[in-house]
Amino acid sequence: MVEADPGYAGVLIAVLGGAIRVGTPFLFVSLGECLTEKSGRINLGLEANLIMGAMSGYGVAYLSGSAWLGVLVAGLTGVVLGLIHALLCQQDKVNDIAVGIAMMLFGTGLAFYLGKPFIQPVAPRLPSIELGAWSDSPVLRAALEINALFVVGVILAPLMAWFFRYARWGLLVRTVGESRDAALAMGINVNRVRLYATMGGGFLAGVGGSFLSLYYPGSWNEGLSSGQGLMAVALVIFARWNPVYCLYASLLFGGAAALGPALQSVGITWGYYLFNAAPYVLTLGIMIATSSRKQRFAGMPGEMSNI
Amino acid sequence: MSTAMPYALEAIGISKYFAGVHALDNVSIKLVEGSFHALLGENGAGKSTLVKCIMGYYQPDEGQVLFGFHQQEISSPHQALMLGIGMVYQHFTLIPNMTVAENIIMSRPQLPAIINWKKEMAALRQRMEDMPFAVSLDAPVTALSAGEKQKVEIIKQLLLDTKVLILDEPTSVLTPTEADEVLGKIKELTRGNGLSVLLITHKFREVMNFADEVTVLRKGKYSGTEKVAGTNPHKLSEMMIGRELAESSIERTQSTEQTPLLSIRDLVVSNDHGADIIEGLRMDIRGGEIVGVAGVSGNGQRELMQVFSGQRDKQAGNILVHGEQYSATREEMRRFKLHCLPEEPLKNACVANMSVADNLVFRRFDRAPFAWRRWLIKRRKIRQHAQELIERFSIKTPGTDNPVGNLSGGNVQRTVLARELADDVSVLIVANPCFGLDFAAVEDIHKLIMKARNNGAAVLLISEDLDEILKLSDRLHVISDGKLVHESTPAEADLAMIGRCMAGHGVDHDNEY
Ligand SMILES: Nc1ncnc2c1ncn2[C@@H]1O[C@H](COP(=O)(O)OP(=O)(O)OP(=O)(O)O)[C@@H](O)[C@H]1O
Ligand SMILES: [Mg+2]
Repeated sequence: MVEADPGYAGVLIAVLGGAIRVGTPFLFVSLGECLTEKSGRINLGLEANLIMGAMSGYGVAYLSGSAWLGVLVAGLTGVVLGLIHALLCQQDKVNDIAVGIAMMLFGTGLAFYLGKPFIQPVAPRLPSIELGAWSDSPVLRAALEINALFVVGVILAPLMAWFFRYARWGLLVRTVGESRDAALAMGINVNRVRLYATMGGGFLAGVGGSFLSLYYPGSWNEGLSSGQGLMAVALVIFARWNPVYCLYASLLFGGAAALGPALQSVGITWGYYLFNAAPYVLTLGIMIATSSRKQRFAGMPGEMSNI
Repeated sequence: MSTAMPYALEAIGISKYFAGVHALDNVSIKLVEGSFHALLGENGAGKSTLVKCIMGYYQPDEGQVLFGFHQQEISSPHQALMLGIGMVYQHFTLIPNMTVAENIIMSRPQLPAIINWKKEMAALRQRMEDMPFAVSLDAPVTALSAGEKQKVEIIKQLLLDTKVLILDEPTSVLTPTEADEVLGKIKELTRGNGLSVLLITHKFREVMNFADEVTVLRKGKYSGTEKVAGTNPHKLSEMMIGRELAESSIERTQSTEQTPLLSIRDLVVSNDHGADIIEGLRMDIRGGEIVGVAGVSGNGQRELMQVFSGQRDKQAGNILVHGEQYSATREEMRRFKLHCLPEEPLKNACVANMSVADNLVFRRFDRAPFAWRRWLIKRRKIRQHAQELIERFSIKTPGTDNPVGNLSGGNVQRTVLARELADDVSVLIVANPCFGLDFAAVEDIHKLIMKARNNGAAVLLISEDLDEILKLSDRLHVISDGKLVHESTPAEADLAMIGRCMAGHGVDHDNEY
């Protein structure tokens, strides 16, 4: 009872640290989904990219001894999955959502099959930056251990926002996503732009997956992902298709997901599973709170309403 | 015509089939360099299809398109843009969630990899000074009215320094003054800068005033090309429909009704940004009366229409029908027999991917005779109903099951009109009903609106076409900045005064106009 105060401070720090740790894969997947959706296509298969990325990244890191090579290969695996998704979607009368679900099932199954040999071995971990080195509190030190990939993500989010406004390719992606007809009238090759956007989105999701296996939780097993790839879709809506908001939203979701373990670490054991549901409840709550019947979601790419 | 005549653009023997429709049958058109060429034809004659084939948007099934001396073939819109052929499409092709400036920049065929917005905006502002009209570069396109969008579309093309400019009914949503201004400016460019223009229009006035040559299509076939100097509207309408148009006058019966049927009380409506665009509008319309609301687009007309059609909530005030509150529910629309014809019907009153038959029955699909006990839909009845309306309103469609989005612009309009006017009407709200219709259709639709009035309906006619308002209304208002600033009757209308009010100059300002 007397120690309640430092306990709650500990929870806060743990949630903060957890927000970053758990939020990083969210960040990469949601940035990937954001890029894909901005081009007017929804990719529900990013869950597969995440898991295939985790598996291939872990495998390559273990075999080559380089975690960063693992990250790169995870991204490239994502590119290949994105390519398959895009090629399927651009066929006539093929529905994005159906292809996405098929890709999700295919990718996870494949990852579990190919990943069997990597469950036991230990691969090198991704390096992290110790921002808490000055402190003697182990809790604080653990919380402030920031992974290099998170830093990359933090830089990437505003960069992507900039890309959508200032780069020719960014404007092309938005144009194609807003109106297929307008893009055709401007002589833009809609399928090609969407192909690249889906591949780019796949890359980011793959990288997000490598974070799971190479840093936190930091091993390869079949229970690695708990639907982050799918929740990223809701997260992007919540973030209003704005990459910078994706960053905030990922941290929020990460924080919510870290709530359960953080409370447990200070001895509050009741409602553990309830707190673990926090991110999902948060998803629902936010969607309801922010929706409006007067207007559709601000910032929603026009083509998204045709899917 | 001598063989040495330089053609900016030639389309030779173009044929185009769509599922079940022979949209173009061996049509040729030759655009003399530096000339202003008009293309006429009824709704569904194939005008849009022809220019889309020219742009490479559609691949013609037969025939070829040649550009300039090089006799270059055009196979994609991108190639057309690179060759300097620009087109303003009949349906808007602006990107709603982007700003005007972004839309303009995006349309350039060659963009730098990184866009220096500061520099581009400065350059744009500079060039905007030479443009025939002003548009706000920072505004998002969603916030623009139809007329404003059309202006942006035209400016977008003019800024591209095109050599051949194709305009598909660009003036439909402009006021006659605006249209003259735009076409005048474009005509100047054909004289000075060697621009060649192909203009699709339904307005003979524009053909006679601005065009050098005119080509006429009839039901997908080439009907002839004439020098404008040697022809007249009668001859042209004969070429269009194969017979001369009978002069007709619209009958107007006298109504004795005194109590208002539709009352608008202190209506406040906000626009997409939450600012009040209509502030305290009051109006009464009696049964058997048409009240016209004239005004330049963007003064609250769109929002007013949306309140009636249920697309927008009002902030304050009341709308009363027969003294009862109206809040735009489907039930009330049916009970009050309130019908709406919004502008841009394909977007606001149709589901483009659903069939003509489905679109025609939207108001009643879940009631007898189209549904059993309000839940089981009888397709056969719906198809029959569609068949009837297609005949009665002469909608040109290959069949009842065709998606409405594939119909020509004018026929989409007719479909919505058929749905709204087929039954008993007691309140009718109409916005720009003749946007994009050929002269015969305009006549038809005016008659239908007048018939609804003569049968005792209260009609609110919101239109940017002042001639239409003067022709149809019993009373008219001018709307400016969301307020009714002037009231008069067509007989007593002071055009100079109306013009001043439309331009936003109040009654007491003595501005030169
Ligand atoms: N994509 C399409 N699929 C099927 N039919 C089409 C398609 N586009 C046009 N059509 C049909 O081709 C014919 C010509 O259409 P088009 O749009 O060229 O007419 P238009 O002369 O431009 O008419 P309007 O004055 O009404 O714009 C119409 O009968 C139309 O229904
Ligand atoms: Mg047309």
